[in-house]
Amino acid sequence: MCAVGSPCVCVCVCVCDEQLSRSVCRSTSRSWTCHTRSSLQLSLPLSLPLSLSLSLSHHPSLSPSLSLSLSHHPSLSPSLSLALPLSLPVSLYFSPSLFCSPSLSPSLSGLSLSLSLSLSLTPRLLRPHSPQPSDKSRTNMTENGLLHPERVLTLDTMNPNIKRVEYAVRGPIVQRAMQLEKELQEGVKKPFTEVIKANIGDCHAMGQQPITFFRQVLALCSYPELLNDNKFPEDAKDRARRILQACGGGSIGAYSASQGIELVRQDVSRYIVRRDGGVPSNPDNIYLSTGASDAIATMLKLLVSGEGPTRTGVMISIPQYPLYSAALADLGAIQINYYLDESNNWSLAVGELRRALEAARKHCNPRALCVINPGNPTGQVQSRQCIEDVIRFAAEENLFLMADEVYQDNVYAEGCQFHSFKKVLFEMGPKYSEKVELASFHSTSKCYMGECGFRGGYMEVINLDPAVKAQLTKLVSVRLCPPVPGQALLDLVVNPPQPDEPSYSTFMNERTAVLAALAEKARMTEEILNKVPGIRCNPVQGAMYSFPQIQIPHKAIEEAKEKGQAPDMFYCMTLLDEMGICVVPGSGFGQRDGTYHFRMTILPPTDKLKIFLAKVKEFHQRFTERYS
Amino acid sequence: KSHQTNQCVCKVLTVDTMNSCVKKVEYAVRGPIVLRAVQIEKELKEGVQKPFSEVIKANIGDAHAMGQQPITFFRQVLAMCSYPELLDDDRFPEDAKGRARRILQGCGGQSIGAYSASQGIECVRQDVARYVERRDGGVPSDPDNIYLTTGASDGIVTMLKLLVAGEGRSRTGVMISIPQYPLYSAALAELGAVQVNYFLNEERCWSLDVSELRRALADARRHCNPRALCIINPGNPTGQVQSRQCIEDVIRFAAKERLFLMADEVYQDNVYAEGCEFHSFKKVLFEMGPEFSSTVELASFHSTSKCYMGECGFRGGYMEVVNMDPEVKAQLTKLVSVRLCPPVPGQALMDLVVNPPQPGEPSYSTFIRERKATLSSLAERARLTEQILNTVPGIACNPVQGAMYSFPRVTLPARAIREAEERGQAPDMFYCMKLLEETGICLVPGSGFGQRDGTFHFRMTILPPTDKLKILLSKVKDFHQRFIQQYS
Repeated sequence: MCAVGSPCVCVCVCVCDEQLSRSVCRSTSRSWTCHTRSSLQLSLPLSLPLSLSLSLSHHPSLSPSLSLSLSHHPSLSPSLSLALPLSLPVSLYFSPSLFCSPSLSPSLSGLSLSLSLSLSLTPRLLRPHSPQPSDKSRTNMTENGLLHPERVLTLDTMNPNIKRVEYAVRGPIVQRAMQLEKELQEGVKKPFTEVIKANIGDCHAMGQQPITFFRQVLALCSYPELLNDNKFPEDAKDRARRILQACGGGSIGAYSASQGIELVRQDVSRYIVRRDGGVPSNPDNIYLSTGASDAIATMLKLLVSGEGPTRTGVMISIPQYPLYSAALADLGAIQINYYLDESNNWSLAVGELRRALEAARKHCNPRALCVINPGNPTGQVQSRQCIEDVIRFAAEENLFLMADEVYQDNVYAEGCQFHSFKKVLFEMGPKYSEKVELASFHSTSKCYMGECGFRGGYMEVINLDPAVKAQLTKLVSVRLCPPVPGQALLDLVVNPPQPDEPSYSTFMNERTAVLAALAEKARMTEEILNKVPGIRCNPVQGAMYSFPQIQIPHKAIEEAKEKGQAPDMFYCMTLLDEMGICVVPGSGFGQRDGTYHFRMTILPPTDKLKIFLAKVKEFHQRFTERYS
Repeated sequence: KSHQTNQCVCKVLTVDTMNSCVKKVEYAVRGPIVLRAVQIEKELKEGVQKPFSEVIKANIGDAHAMGQQPITFFRQVLAMCSYPELLDDDRFPEDAKGRARRILQGCGGQSIGAYSASQGIECVRQDVARYVERRDGGVPSDPDNIYLTTGASDGIVTMLKLLVAGEGRSRTGVMISIPQYPLYSAALAELGAVQVNYFLNEERCWSLDVSELRRALADARRHCNPRALCIINPGNPTGQVQSRQCIEDVIRFAAKERLFLMADEVYQDNVYAEGCEFHSFKKVLFEMGPEFSSTVELASFHSTSKCYMGECGFRGGYMEVVNMDPEVKAQLTKLVSVRLCPPVPGQALMDLVVNPPQPGEPSYSTFIRERKATLSSLAERARLTEQILNTVPGIACNPVQGAMYSFPRVTLPARAIREAEERGQAPDMFYCMKLLEETGICLVPGSGFGQRDGTFHFRMTILPPTDKLKILLSKVKDFHQRFIQQYS
């Protein structure tokens, strides 16, 4: 692709000093090849504000990317680094406030700035002058054969934070799985007849049946004429009437209050009180959300502030659910990793939290601590003692706690029990319960219902500053409201059929069947995987995932590196291509250097899961033989 | 160090230490006036005596809350999707069953409780693309360029997020109309982007002049990097419908000035005025030939919340991207995947909106009747609103050509302006608050949408049922006259 040779690039930097009304120009001319990064150093006596312009002449077929950094006297922070847009010439304006806080407002005349300019030409940016007729996709992309001179929005000019966002659960491996499914449909021969997806906690897609009562009520809410139909039980009708009465115009098609329907928030509150053995909950502290992800991203958004060493840092577990890393990248916040102890069943040690926090304080302002319990992707269930320790740590270190508790009903292991952070916090007495700021999250997508598509969820905030709460309410109002069908569903989850109601026994049967099957599959997954030499799997105490460690032979690691892939990505890709099995590499969740894992859900139906696990076993043995 | 000891006594998260961009966010449509309206409703329920017996909310385009009935066919299909046992029920027409089966087949495990692809269910995106082609007289649409969203707001915010880059003078600027729908200003504040205002011409029925775009752009280029131009057509809050010529001019301007176009077309079926017609930006762009259709980058937005269906609660919507850089598109797909998927019931509803009953299908006549009834009643209310408001001295109202709002100009006496300023309120906020307290009518002050300095407006929806709307308008009339007398 890079066949242009070594074009000559001339850079001219013009600095205009407004106060002294003079301009200083420096120019340089150099040869660049495609991959060259070179820098130009200029040291000029300057004063602020200053204007600076750059012009660049270059080979017409190249679109250079330019980055510029300006450094200055060390007593003034932060240093400034800019990625320039590609449209040249560029002129920039630097005000003193970019370099120091307004309160200092010094006279900056006579300041010496050194300017370094680096320029890189990458082959990605080379565009052909005419479309190649053989290449269909290119002809399509360059619409009607015309060359795009320069788009407004390109990879180089888009939001740089978004580029850093990664979300492995729906990443390249899933795209490849979908491609394989299409090929199978088209009759392409493969060593397997179907792709089994265990990449995402999507229960219904894996054949789990919805809870009848929930869906009856939702149907009644969607088409209230059915309220006159005697095929629906009375308790379902009552619930539907109750929800509809709380909706504007009696329709789930009306916007709700931005915080969520008041009645639903009251029901959520009562659910929490029951769950937490009477610890009080205030409906005003409940915010309904578009799945838990929405609320988590919103809370993080509120927390992020500062620049450079004062930029907000957020502590997340490694391995983590990649929503967290993605949201932090999107917000430009600092991700602080604390490692779960794999040898101790992925437990959380406060010593490790302390280490991570101290290391982070050197370069950012850690303000929040996120905990996922039961764990995703690691499936551990936190002990009450451990939760207490975490709360004490957060109180001591002044951290905002975020408790992701979407798997609260998914606890399978003997002796394990779910304890909410809220409950433990209040049991620790007013010293903690009146101080520690906590947001906890729940959703309709997991547990026994697995209703992911409805995007229902809520968060409860505790000890949130009232002025911040007002800001939160304002912020959520911009998006109008969470989807109302999801709010209705959440209401049913927190207010299911009661023992004296007609739907109770069916509901309990369905609920118990789902949870018992999951417990069985959790046990089976651990058992079978641990029989494979080179795979080691902690018990799946809760949630919906196993995160086994895999030994990857040295030769395979080398081959992966040659391909520019993470070794576990290489492993999972091969597993997918050879067996039709889709799991997510551990590198998408984070893991200790030199260890490799994958995440698989325990959701496929039991018989399919058995086939699945047997295939993993067969593959792992073959893979190990091939590369040793 | 002192900073840290200080922090230990107060909360981790305070107004001083929170995200400063979020603090700048404002959203008047659900702002203080609405909070007060909700409070008054509670007081009325508790038996507090007021000079009115109910609060009439005309602050938000929430059709069902104002009594509009849902389209039967849509709700039948949604009920069957929710509870597929109903597919065996012979109370439902065959076409509704056919749609429900088709949607369920597009879902994982045939359940609307499964996640969909992050970009949206493929068969829904295909139906959207076919709808766009029909609407635009055959201009091709690729399902790969369709992204389903959580209401149009979600799509708009996502596109803006992609566009924002740079710092200082290279920070992205986004041109928005004034008056605007405050989602735009709120999203730009949150993203820390620079809002570039261009003013609509109130004297010429809120039309858009390219010369004004040029002025705004030239001004903005001195302090930021303007990269996108947002248009709302039909207009919110101003209710104008853009002419084809004007759209062409805007496209030419965007092409010349290298701006990314964002066309908010959620009111595309809400066109009432004689001689007005909805033209999509996409269609006009492609009719202008390859010089434009192969270069101008465009994202257009639609939703299930407005038009004749008004299904706001489902949060359904889509955006279509045209001429987007393939690498940026890959980034967009990645970005939306983090939020997993738009709500599936909303996707199902979107599918029905773009693929409604066809002639020859059993539900067709009912569907058309319901659709027509809603749209003609809206047209009638649009006319009524303009007519009655214009009889009030001191209120001047442009025709409501489309959308769901009237944005009349109110002349406020100098004394009222002074009193408002003493209270630290915008004069039109003072006016609307007083209107609410005295009559129970909830409108949104023009300052929440932006307006030329020294002019005052309010936005009211035309959604209350005709008889209630008449009461509302006569109460506004009485109030305005009283207000003028009181302050002159």
